[in-house]
Amino acid sequence: MLEQIEGSKAMARVIALCRPQVICAYPITPQTHIVEGLGDLVREGALQNCEFINVESEFAALSVAIGSSAAGARSYTATASQGLLFMAEAVYNAAGLGLPIVMTLGNRAIGAPINIWNDHSDAMALRESGWFQLFAETNQEAADLHVIAFRLAEELSVPVMVCVDGFVLTHAMERVDIPTQQQVDAYLPPYEPVQVLDPADPISIGAMVGPDAFTEVRYLQYYKQQTAFDLIEDLAAEFSESFGRASGGLLRDYHCGDAELAVVAMGSVNGTIKDVIDELRAEGMSIGLVTLVTFRPFPTRALQQVLAGAKHVLVIDRSLDPGMGGPLASNVDLALRNLLSPPAIHSAIAGLGGRPITKASLHRLFMQAMEKPWEGPNFVDLNEKVVGRELHRRARARRSGPAAENVLKILETERAAAFQARIETAE
Amino acid sequence: MDSTQKLKFYQKGTLTVGNRLVDEASRNVQASRQRSNSLTCGHRACQGCGEALGARYAIDAAMRAAGNQLIAVNATGCLEVFTTPYPETSWQMPWMHSLFGNAAAVASGVAAAMRVTGKHGTRVVAQGGDGGTTDIGFGCLSGMFERNDDVLYICYDNEGYMNTGVQRSSATPPAARTATTPAIGAQPGNVFGTGKFVPKIAVAHDIPYVATASVADLHDLEAKVTRAMSFHGARYIQINVPCPLGWGAASHDTIRLARLAIETGLFPIFEAEYGRVTHVRKIRKPKPVSEYLKLQRRYAHLFRDGVEDPRVARIQGIADRHIEEYGLLES
Repeated sequence: MLEQIEGSKAMARVIALCRPQVICAYPITPQTHIVEGLGDLVREGALQNCEFINVESEFAALSVAIGSSAAGARSYTATASQGLLFMAEAVYNAAGLGLPIVMTLGNRAIGAPINIWNDHSDAMALRESGWFQLFAETNQEAADLHVIAFRLAEELSVPVMVCVDGFVLTHAMERVDIPTQQQVDAYLPPYEPVQVLDPADPISIGAMVGPDAFTEVRYLQYYKQQTAFDLIEDLAAEFSESFGRASGGLLRDYHCGDAELAVVAMGSVNGTIKDVIDELRAEGMSIGLVTLVTFRPFPTRALQQVLAGAKHVLVIDRSLDPGMGGPLASNVDLALRNLLSPPAIHSAIAGLGGRPITKASLHRLFMQAMEKPWEGPNFVDLNEKVVGRELHRRARARRSGPAAENVLKILETERAAAFQARIETAE
Repeated sequence: MDSTQKLKFYQKGTLTVGNRLVDEASRNVQASRQRSNSLTCGHRACQGCGEALGARYAIDAAMRAAGNQLIAVNATGCLEVFTTPYPETSWQMPWMHSLFGNAAAVASGVAAAMRVTGKHGTRVVAQGGDGGTTDIGFGCLSGMFERNDDVLYICYDNEGYMNTGVQRSSATPPAARTATTPAIGAQPGNVFGTGKFVPKIAVAHDIPYVATASVADLHDLEAKVTRAMSFHGARYIQINVPCPLGWGAASHDTIRLARLAIETGLFPIFEAEYGRVTHVRKIRKPKPVSEYLKLQRRYAHLFRDGVEDPRVARIQGIADRHIEEYGLLES
């Protein structure tokens, strides 16, 4: 049924339809509304046969889910940002144990400096943890991906992270089609674990593995991910057949067929990018877009196929590896490098810590990629004046002070000066 | 419990506790041919390991109380490492290890899964060493307590990080030498005035059952595990388990040391229910702490050149305070 609903609430409703048996709740902005919504549904009785557990930390949230999943219950939790890092050890552990936990990640920046707004720093920080990572473009997809995620997780016995842009999606009111219980039940069969703690058939889980077998265990993890591409596509196709709309899959191609310049991006920014592409194509520019839905496992072959004809590929990262640049750009570069005529890769870092990615900025960026491509990462809308002043100040004084506070001070001084100038002009 | 108190094995002048001297009903779980043998032989613990002994008695007692419907969650540590070198396992029961600091939370999850899947008869036990319990796993432990999750958490307290090479934990006693509190300098060994006694903190959570136990009194240990299993909700037992390697003691002195820890008053044995102490194991005639300390090389610096360090008196003070605080002296 179509509803005008907040993203988090829509996700909560659809997650409830997936019949999770154990939900671990710990508040961290911006995922909080999801577990609150689920808590309401459990209290109201709309979600029955479910243990809703208020835990004392994110580390405990995922640890409880590890226990409940290993004991045979469909388990779910949600987190964001610092929360994901606080549970990092358990994130790796769940993947290493092969437990089909589904976790929503309300994507948010990681401090310091502390910042609660949206970017992809959290998901990127744990991209090598062994979890599948799916990125939602809209709230409809955010809701739908959870149904797919439970099915995918349980078929392969792997944990799946559904990455949803914090605030931009989680707190946005949008039209979402909430499926019926019958639809979800038909798509998602009850959880049948491949390994379970059961007194009738006692096993040991989580044994010590030495050098003689560790590589093999790790290889099997790699093998599982590398052979999952067809399943991910099949599950998306089946979803589209059952629910009457497209969600999930490896990636989506928007006018890449003939495009000289192809943009690659993940998450909610794809909507804005498509608007800009429509305008530029109307002006005659040969430009397309790849919306990457599945980031882990990384769909190298699918990306090669869709980008085989592109001359330039512009990758938009919503996070930064300070020692390297854009993590998505590095991955795309690696994936395309063996093409017969590999495209030039241009990396853009945009929308860090919640900075809006506007159509105007994207317009400028795409024009620049066609006309004056750059080397290394391009920081979209970087205030170079502020950075310059801070660098200059640092060069002059050893005890230059904390960077974040200095930048804020410079910005405040600039604002005050602009205000003063306005008053003087008015006088 | 009462039958255990009446046995008074010490009167026999031997360290062996003989089951054949007591009636059938009072004999321990280990004496029964029906014991589950959950932690079976062939594991790789050191000779004289107190933890292996404590775990075997505790888990078999819990198994019997649960009608063998029991799942164990293990923190990283000696017990985990010496029982499950892949592909071997000593556990003849469903057993899981996740991380060092999350055993209590994982056990909460297992308990939740049992409730939600309708397996109400299947009980859950979590276990770890003092490092995994009183330090790195303390947050998860306290969380499990305050939620009153249906988990019995057993801490095998050997007073340090023995698996990683004998480092100090918050359960390491004052003056003890560890790799991170070396017997060097003017104040050798662990500093005074630090550390924590988690059983007291557990009692402060008002959970249904808290107890301390010792491998020196295995009847009492089994009785406490059995008592703990008769409650639902969060329960905690801390078992004093001497570590020959970490304490620098002879393998054959494990039981003797555990007994001295009780009889000096250094390790008080008590039970508490819903936040109140209900039972204390009395000491007939307290032993001087020096008798306990001298058997361990981790305290050797206190007795250098035949001279007793003044800090022995401070340790005696701690024992005396325990005796007073818990009313340990038999009147």
